[in-house]
Amino acid sequence: MKSLVRILGRLPRGRALALALALPLASGCATVQTPDPRDPYESFNRAVFSFNDGLDKAVLKPVATAYHDVLPGPLRMMVRNFFSNISDVFIGVNNMLQGKPGEGFNDWARVLFNTTFGLAGINDVASEMGLEKHNEDFGQTFAVWGAGSGPYLVLPLFGPSDVRDGIGLGFDLYASPLLAYHNVPVRNSLAALRTVSERSELLEASTIVEQAALDEYSFRRDFYLQRRRSLIYDGNPPRERLQDEDSSLVPAPDGDTNHVARN
Amino acid sequence: MLRAIDRFLTWVAFAALVAPALAVAADMAPDVLVKQVTLEVVDIVKQDKDIQAGDHQKVLALVEGKVLPHFDFTTMTRIAMGRSWRTATPEQKTRLVAEFKTLLVRTYSSALSSYQDEKFEFRPLRAKAGETDVTVNVRVMQSGREPVALDYDMEQTPDGWKCYNVYVAGVSLVANYRTEFDAEVRKAGVEGLLKSLEAKNKSLEDAPLARKK
Repeated sequence: MKSLVRILGRLPRGRALALALALPLASGCATVQTPDPRDPYESFNRAVFSFNDGLDKAVLKPVATAYHDVLPGPLRMMVRNFFSNISDVFIGVNNMLQGKPGEGFNDWARVLFNTTFGLAGINDVASEMGLEKHNEDFGQTFAVWGAGSGPYLVLPLFGPSDVRDGIGLGFDLYASPLLAYHNVPVRNSLAALRTVSERSELLEASTIVEQAALDEYSFRRDFYLQRRRSLIYDGNPPRERLQDEDSSLVPAPDGDTNHVARN
Repeated sequence: MLRAIDRFLTWVAFAALVAPALAVAADMAPDVLVKQVTLEVVDIVKQDKDIQAGDHQKVLALVEGKVLPHFDFTTMTRIAMGRSWRTATPEQKTRLVAEFKTLLVRTYSSALSSYQDEKFEFRPLRAKAGETDVTVNVRVMQSGREPVALDYDMEQTPDGWKCYNVYVAGVSLVANYRTEFDAEVRKAGVEGLLKSLEAKNKSLEDAPLARKK
């Protein structure tokens, strides 16, 4: 994995993305019998999905499993906290951009305390002080500003997304303090470590999804769409009447995630 | 005669002993019910080394005994089926509910056996008096991570409050199955969906629960 990230990292960013985009195309696309309005590119997405899944099974999951088994829990938590602390900087920026200064200052206060008393972020002392961790990114900010999601997309390497969140991800990566690091080998090693650390957190979840899903592709897609909707509304999306047999559970691509009412 | 009276009195005594317990469950506010069941189950998981090691049978027994009585699987299945529910025969409906229940319990058990030492925050109920359909909000607090929201949609029934939908981190599993069920029904009818569900459950019978942390 490390070498893969290194190879991709050495390429200019645009070319790496183009290469990643071209790989799944080569595996060919089949037509979908009953198209889902939220997922017009389903055949392409399925191809990318199986590419990602193959890569995960061959490389990332085994590495993450070894990482999980070799490193003691407390050490893995320090690694996780370290990267979590770095990401809090832009979580704060996004909260500010979404017009939530209280949350934004909360996030920056987290960075302040965790970087100092938490020893470069390896201990999350801020959570113990009652400063809660948030989940924000540019995709959510664009949604709050009124951008529709566009069609669902599975991105090579990055997985489930949509047009808006894919563009948001570009901003997230560009803004990431980690990727601004000039020493390329160090930067790539950190990126690889973060990827492995994040994947190791999801070993159980991915097993549960594998076991629960009839069709993993559509299960993961619907999961993503529901989850993003919840995140955009900071965990309080308007509830749909599930009892209505005809109610659609996940909004259409340009549905009501477009405009988030703030109270 | 005396014997009959004696027996009658025994029944009365028994009824008096049991009635308050039943009445408590029926009258208990939904948020109180969720809190009580959650804390009770978590307490058992914390003390049981077998469950922590992923003992499938023990987890299932715990879930069946403590959790399932408070769930309404018929409504859950109806929600997951959406429009197709109407096209199923009564016999198919019974089988659908049974299979879906098995699958959901399996998933829930996997999640439960991976419980570590997270703290719960029980939110006060935001519902008006007399409402019969409410959402109970619970949050799981974990150090260094954003809290995970657990939201329970609950409906009042003569047997107390029953949960008919759970959101984990904003995602409803029941809702998530709707597209999948719909696709299966379109492809091969309700019977086809039943076949897939049965095959799925069968394949999971011997599979280990999700990996321990």
